Amino acid sequence: MKENIRIGYGKYIAKLGGANQEIILLEGDLADSTCSDIFQNEHPDRHFQMGIAEQNMVGVAAGLAQEGKIPFVNTFAVFIAMRACEQVRTSVAYPNLNVKFVVSHSGLSAGSAGPTHHTLEDIAIMRSIPNMTVLVPGDVMEVEQIIDASIKHKGPVYIRNSATDVEPIADKPDFEIGKATKIRDGNDVTIITTGIMMQKGLEASIKLEENYGIGARLLQMASIKPIDERAIIDAAIETKFIVTVEEHNILGGLGGAVAEVVSMNGQSKVLRIGINDHFSGIGTPEYLLAAEGLTSEEIIKTILQELNE
Amino acid sequence: MKNHEKLQNLANHARFLIIQTLINSGMGHPGGSLSAIDVLTALYFEIMNIDSKKPDCDSRDRFIMSKGHCSLGLLSVLHLKGFISKEDLASFRLNGSNFGAHLDADKMPGVEMSTGSLGHGLSGGVGRALAAKIDQKDYRTYVLMGDGENQEGSIWEAAMSASNYKLDNLIGIVDRNNIQQCGFTEDIMSIDSLKDKWQSFGWSVQEIDGHNMSDIVNSLKQAPFDTNKPSLIISKSIKGKGISFMENDHKWHGGGAIKEFAEQAMAEVKEFSKLEI
Repeated sequence: MKENIRIGYGKYIAKLGGANQEIILLEGDLADSTCSDIFQNEHPDRHFQMGIAEQNMVGVAAGLAQEGKIPFVNTFAVFIAMRACEQVRTSVAYPNLNVKFVVSHSGLSAGSAGPTHHTLEDIAIMRSIPNMTVLVPGDVMEVEQIIDASIKHKGPVYIRNSATDVEPIADKPDFEIGKATKIRDGNDVTIITTGIMMQKGLEASIKLEENYGIGARLLQMASIKPIDERAIIDAAIETKFIVTVEEHNILGGLGGAVAEVVSMNGQSKVLRIGINDHFSGIGTPEYLLAAEGLTSEEIIKTILQELNE
Repeated sequence: MKNHEKLQNLANHARFLIIQTLINSGMGHPGGSLSAIDVLTALYFEIMNIDSKKPDCDSRDRFIMSKGHCSLGLLSVLHLKGFISKEDLASFRLNGSNFGAHLDADKMPGVEMSTGSLGHGLSGGVGRALAAKIDQKDYRTYVLMGDGENQEGSIWEAAMSASNYKLDNLIGIVDRNNIQQCGFTEDIMSIDSLKDKWQSFGWSVQEIDGHNMSDIVNSLKQAPFDTNKPSLIISKSIKGKGISFMENDHKWHGGGAIKEFAEQAMAEVKEFSKLEI
C-alpha cells in the first residue's frame, strides 16, 4: 500500500504541534504542496504564511529561533538550498540556530513541473555547510522518526522530503542521526541508498540473492550528515565494493560523501548511481527516475558488470 | 549638563574609540560607523531598555545592526555600555581575535545577530518582533540598516512581511549617508525616494537629522508612530561625520588608508576622549 512522505510529515507535525507550543511553521505559499496546511488548520496561530519570499522566511526563522521557538520552514527544496542559501548559511547555520528546514518535492519529485523545480544539487550544498544536519527520509516511518530526532537535536536540520508515492519498508531498524539503517545483510557487495532509493535498493538486493546467489548488503543512509563512517568502512572491508544510489547529482551528494570516507580508509571501490551531471527532463517522477537509470534493474546491472570484470 | 549634551559627549567619545581602534588594527569601516554613531549612542544610552549586567534579560529591547560592516561603531558603543572590555576592542581584527570586521552573535557579547552580509538583519528583526507578538511580550526590536543596503531585495521582502503582520513593535532606521563603497548611492543604483518606498510598503516614516541629538531622541521616543504599522526613521547623515577629511567621501567607506592619516585623524578626536560622560 503506497504512502506519501510529505503527507506523512504534514500529519505528524500537526500532531506534535498540539503538545509542543514552541513549534512554529513558516510557509512560502506552497502549503497544500508541502502539507504544512494540516498544521495550519489545527494551529492557525502558530502557522505563518510568508509568501513568495524565501530569503526573508529564513531570516524570520532565525529571529524566531533566537527567541526560543522551534521554527519549521516549509517550501520546495530548490528554494531553500539555492534561493535562500546564504541566509541558511549565515543567519542560521553560522550561529547554529534551532531551525528545521523541511523541504518538499526534492529530487525529481516535482515531476513535469520540470528542471526549475527539480533539486539535484541540494545534498551537496547543504552538507558543505558547517553545523548543518542533512536527513533524507525514504518512507513515512522514517520522516516521523526524523522529525522526532530533529526536535531533540539542538541546531539546524535540513530534511529532504519527496512528493512521490512510495512503498513503506516496515521491517527495518529505527532511524538514528548519524547511523545507517541496515535493511539487509550480505557479504558480496554493499548497496547504500538514501531517501526513496531505499525501495529500489531493496528490490535489487532481493533479486540479486534469488536470481544470482549474490549477497547484497543494503544500508539505507537517511542520515547523510553526520554519516555513519563505521558502517561504510565495514562495508568497504567486508564486501567487494559499494554502490551508492541517490535521487541527486552523482557529484557531491551521497556518493561523494561515501567516497570521501572510503578514500581515506580503505581499499575499495565506490560506484555512484544518480543523475549524471545534467539537467533533468519532463515527466512523472516514475518516468524520470526510469529515464535517469534510478531503478533496481540498473543497480543489478551495475553490480553484475563489476563482478564480471 | 543637559541630557542631550551628555549624549553628544558619549557619541563623540565613541568617535574617539572608532578612530583609535581603526588605527590599532589598520582596518575597518569608519565612514558608515561615524555617520551612524549618534543614533547608536542615543539607542543604547537613552532609548533602549538594555543592561550589560543582564545581557539575556528576556524583557530587554533587541537591537540588530543590519549594516554589520560598521562594527567599529557598534563595538565602541558596546564598550561604553559595558558589554565588551577595552582589551576586546583593542583586539579588533587582529589574528585570533573574536572581534572581526563583521558582527558575530556568538563571539561578541551584546550582539544579537551575526550580520555582515547585507540585507539579512531586517528579516531577523521581523522574527524577533513576531515572537514578541506571539508571546505577548513588550520588548521592542530596532534594526539599523545602511542606505546602500536598501538595494538588497531581501530588505523589501522583510519590509513587506513586517507591515503584513502589523509589527508596530519593530522600528527600522536607515542611515542615509548617501554613499556606498563605490560612490554616491544615486549614481550607483538609485534608491530615492526612500521615504515613498517605505511608506508604500506600509511603514510609518519620519525623517531626521542624524547628527542632531534632539531630533534623534524625539523621533525614537515617538516610535511606534502608528499602531499596527512598523516604524521607519530615515536618518539623514554624513558619511565620516566628525573627521573633516573623511566626510562625504566614499574612499573612507573602508579605512585601509588610515596609516598615512592616523596623526591627522587622532588630532581631531583626541579631545573627545576627555569629555565627561
